[in-house]
Amino acid sequence: MDQLLHQVVNGLATGAIYAVIALALVMNFNSTGHINFAQGEMAMFSTYVAWTLIAMGMPYGVAFLVTVAISFVGGMLLERFVLHRFRNAPLLSVVVVFIALFLGFNAVAGWIWGPVLKDFPSPVSSYKTGTSLVGAHELFVGAVAGAMLLLLYGFFRFTTLGLKMRAVACNPTSSRLVGIRVSWTLALGWGLAASIGAVAGMLIAPLTFLDPHMMTGILLYAFAAALLGGVDSPPGAVIGGLVVGVAENLLGAYVVGAELKMSVALVIVVLVLVYRPQGILGRVTVRRV
Amino acid sequence: MSASQQTAHPAALLDARGLRAYYGDAPALHGVDLRIEVGGKVALLGANGAGKTTMLRAICGLIRTQGEIAFAGQEIRGFATEDIVRLGIAHVPEGRGTFAELTVEENLRLGGIIHSDKARTRQDIDRFLRYFPRLKERIRQQAGTLSGGEQQMLAISRALMLRPRLMLLDEPSFGLAPLMVLEIFQILKRINEEERVSLLIVEQNARLALELADHGYLLETGRIVLHGSSAELKANEEVQRAYLGYSGSKARRPESTPG
Amino acid sequence: MQSQMIKTSSSRPLVAAVCMLAILLPLFVSDFRSFQVTQILVYAIAVLGLNLLTGYNGQISLGHGAFFALGAYVAAILMDKAGVPYWATIPVVAAVCFVVGFIFGLPALRLAGHYLALATFSLALATPQLLKHPALEKWTGGVQGIFLSKPQPPFGLAMSQDRWLYWFVLLHVVVLFVCAANLLRGPVGRAIRAIRDQPLAAETAGIDNSRFKTTVFGISAMYTGIAGALSAIVLQFVSPDSFTMFLSIYFLVGVVVGGVGSIWGAFLGAAFILIVPNLSSEVSKSATGMLYAMVLLLLIWRMPNGLWSGVLWMWRAATRRPA
Repeated sequence: MDQLLHQVVNGLATGAIYAVIALALVMNFNSTGHINFAQGEMAMFSTYVAWTLIAMGMPYGVAFLVTVAISFVGGMLLERFVLHRFRNAPLLSVVVVFIALFLGFNAVAGWIWGPVLKDFPSPVSSYKTGTSLVGAHELFVGAVAGAMLLLLYGFFRFTTLGLKMRAVACNPTSSRLVGIRVSWTLALGWGLAASIGAVAGMLIAPLTFLDPHMMTGILLYAFAAALLGGVDSPPGAVIGGLVVGVAENLLGAYVVGAELKMSVALVIVVLVLVYRPQGILGRVTVRRV
Repeated sequence: MSASQQTAHPAALLDARGLRAYYGDAPALHGVDLRIEVGGKVALLGANGAGKTTMLRAICGLIRTQGEIAFAGQEIRGFATEDIVRLGIAHVPEGRGTFAELTVEENLRLGGIIHSDKARTRQDIDRFLRYFPRLKERIRQQAGTLSGGEQQMLAISRALMLRPRLMLLDEPSFGLAPLMVLEIFQILKRINEEERVSLLIVEQNARLALELADHGYLLETGRIVLHGSSAELKANEEVQRAYLGYSGSKARRPESTPG
Repeated sequence: MQSQMIKTSSSRPLVAAVCMLAILLPLFVSDFRSFQVTQILVYAIAVLGLNLLTGYNGQISLGHGAFFALGAYVAAILMDKAGVPYWATIPVVAAVCFVVGFIFGLPALRLAGHYLALATFSLALATPQLLKHPALEKWTGGVQGIFLSKPQPPFGLAMSQDRWLYWFVLLHVVVLFVCAANLLRGPVGRAIRAIRDQPLAAETAGIDNSRFKTTVFGISAMYTGIAGALSAIVLQFVSPDSFTMFLSIYFLVGVVVGGVGSIWGAFLGAAFILIVPNLSSEVSKSATGMLYAMVLLLLIWRMPNGLWSGVLWMWRAATRRPA
C-alpha cells in the first residue's frame, strides 16, 4: 500500500514537470497554431544556460530568474527572425523548420557544453521532508508548477495583453482589424513558451542529470499530456501531465515494466488522437451560422 | 457611363484614386476611384465577384494594392492594417469576424483595445450597447453561441468601440432574417447620425443599401461603371434592370441575387 | 515532372551513361568505397519511401525510422533464428512492412497535418525502447542486438563480398525506383498528388482518398522497410540504438535536401545524410547536427524544392544554351 502511494506521489511529481512542458506546447499552439517539436530541446538549452550561470557563482534564485528572462527574449527572437519567415509556408515547411531547430539546439548544446553528464542542483536538496513518501524536490516541483499555472491563468484572464493573445489565437485577421499588432503577439507567445520550457528544464534536470538528450523522452510524455488535456487548453495540459505522470509510474511499476513506459505515452498519444482529438478539456466551439 | 470626374473636395474623408488590388499576381481591382464625404453614407453595389469585398480589404491594407488612398487628407496606402485601423477605420468583415471563443464582453473590450483609458472603454461598452439591448443580456456568453443577427450586432458594436470615423461594412444583411436586416439598417442610420460615423456599405441587396446611403457606386469586374447620388442610381435604367429587379427590357447583365 | 524530364530523348545518353557508371563502379573503386556507396543506395530507398508518403501524398511522417527498424529486425531475425537465406528475406520484409504500414495508415487517416507528424514522432521516440523490451529479447537480442554473417557471392563467383553486396543492393534500387517512377507518372500518381493538393476536389472526382492514403502508407513503409532489411544485410548488425528518432529525422533531411516530391533527388538526399557526417565528424560530433540544421533552414527558406530542383535547373540551362 505504501509502495502504491509512493508510486502515485512520484507520478504526480514527474507529472507536474510533464505538465509544465505541455503548458509550453499549448502556449505555442495557441499563439501560432503549431506544435513545436523543438520545445524540449529549447528547454534543455535553457537549462544549460542556467547551469552555466550557477557555475559562474550566481545564486540559484537569481540564475533561475535570469534564465527565464533570457529564454523569453530568445524565444521572441527565434519567432521574429526564423519562424516569422514561414508564417504562410505550407505545413511541411513549418515542420521541417521545427526539426531544424530540434537538431540545431541539440547540436549547439553538445558543441558548447560537451556530451558529459552534468549535475544540476536543486535549491531544496538540503531539506528533508520528514517522510519517505515525498522528497523535498518533488514538493518544490509541485509548488513551482502550481504557482506557474496560477500566474498564467491570471495573465490570460485579467490582463489586456493576455486578452490580446487569446484574441490572436482565436482569429488573427479580426485581431488586426481591432488594431492588435499580431506579429508581436506571436513573438510574445513564443517568448512565453520558451520561458515556461526553461522552468520545466530546471525542474527536471536535478532528477535526470543535464545532458543534450535529456528532453527527448520527456517530450514524448509532454505530447501525451498536452493531447490528453486538449492541445489548446492550459488547465488541460496540467491535468493531462498529472494523469500521464501517474499512469506512467503505476503501469511501469505494476503492469508493463519500466522498459515499456515510453510506449505507454505512445499509446496515449495515438488513442487520444484517434478517439478524442480535442482531449479532455479542449474547447469545442459551438458555432451557429 | 460616367467616368469619375470628381473635383477634389476639402471635406473628403476617404479619397481613393486609381486603386488597384491583387490576389497574388492576379489583379482584382483595376484603378478604382471612390470618395466618401465626412459623415457620408456610401453604398458599394455589384454582383458576386465584382470586387466589393476586395475594395474594403484594399482600404484596410489586408491585400497588396497600388494607387492612392487618402484618409482625412493623409495618404494611407501601404500602411499596415493595424496602423490604418488606429487612424479610425473600423472594418466589419464578411462573416462578421467575431472572436467566437471569447465572451461578448471580451469581444467589445478588444474592439476598444487601442484606447488605453480603461474607464472610458467601460463607458463605451454601456453606451454602444444601448443600440443593441439584446447583446446586453448576453454579455457573459461565448460569442460563438450567439445567433447570426446577434453576431452581426456584436460585430458592429465592436467596430464602434474603436470610436471610428469611418466604418466599412461587408454585407451586414448576409444570412439574416428580413426583420433582423431592417433592424440593423435602422441602427446603422442612427449610428451615422448620432455617432457621426461615415459608412461604406457593401451590399447584395441594392434596394436596401440605396435606401440607407446617400451615394452609390456600381462595381463590375473590378471597375467602377457607374456612380452618383442614391436618387440618381435608383432612377437609372441599368441599375433598375440589373440590381433592383425591374424587368423593363431583357437583362444583359447577370441577375443579382437579392440578399 | 522530373521523371519525364529524364526520359526526354536529349537526356537519354546521359541516363545510359549514369546507369553504366553505376553498374561498373565497384570495378574501379576500393571495397570500402563500394561499401559506402552501397549505404547511400540503401538510404536512397528509405528516403524515396518517405518521399512517396510525405512529399507526394502530403502525409507528414517523422517516424519512418521505425519502419526501417522493422525491416532490419525482420530480416535479421529470419536469418539468425530461422536460417532463411539473406536474399529470401526481402520479399517477406516487403510483405510485413506493407501490412504494418497499411495498418498504421488506418488511424493516420483521421489525423490531419500536425497530428500525424506528432503521432509518428512519438513512434520514433518510442522505437528503441520497444526494441529493447525483455519480452522480445529472445528474438531481438535486447540491447545487444543481432550479429549476422556476411553473405557470400552466389554460384562461387570470384568477387569480394562488398562488391557483390553493391550489385545486390543496386538491383533492388533499380527495381524499386523504376516501379516508383512508373507508378507516379500514371493516373495513380496523379491521384496521389491530387489528394495532397486538393483533397476535397480529389474526393469529388471519384478518388477514394482513404484507400489511396492507406495504400500509399503501406507502400511507403514497404520501401523504407526493404531499405532497413538491406541495411541489416550490408552492415551484418542490428541494434536498438541504431534506430533512434534521429534516424527518422535524417530521412526527412534527405527528403528535403533531395527535394520534396522528387524521385531522383532521393540519391542526392541519401548522399547528403551519409557523407556530411563523415566529413563533419572530423571537426566535431556536433558539427553534423548544426550543418543539418542550417542546410534545412536555408533550403526550406530559399529552395523549398530541394537541391535536385537546382540540379535540374542547371541541366536545363546547360542543354538549352547551344540551341
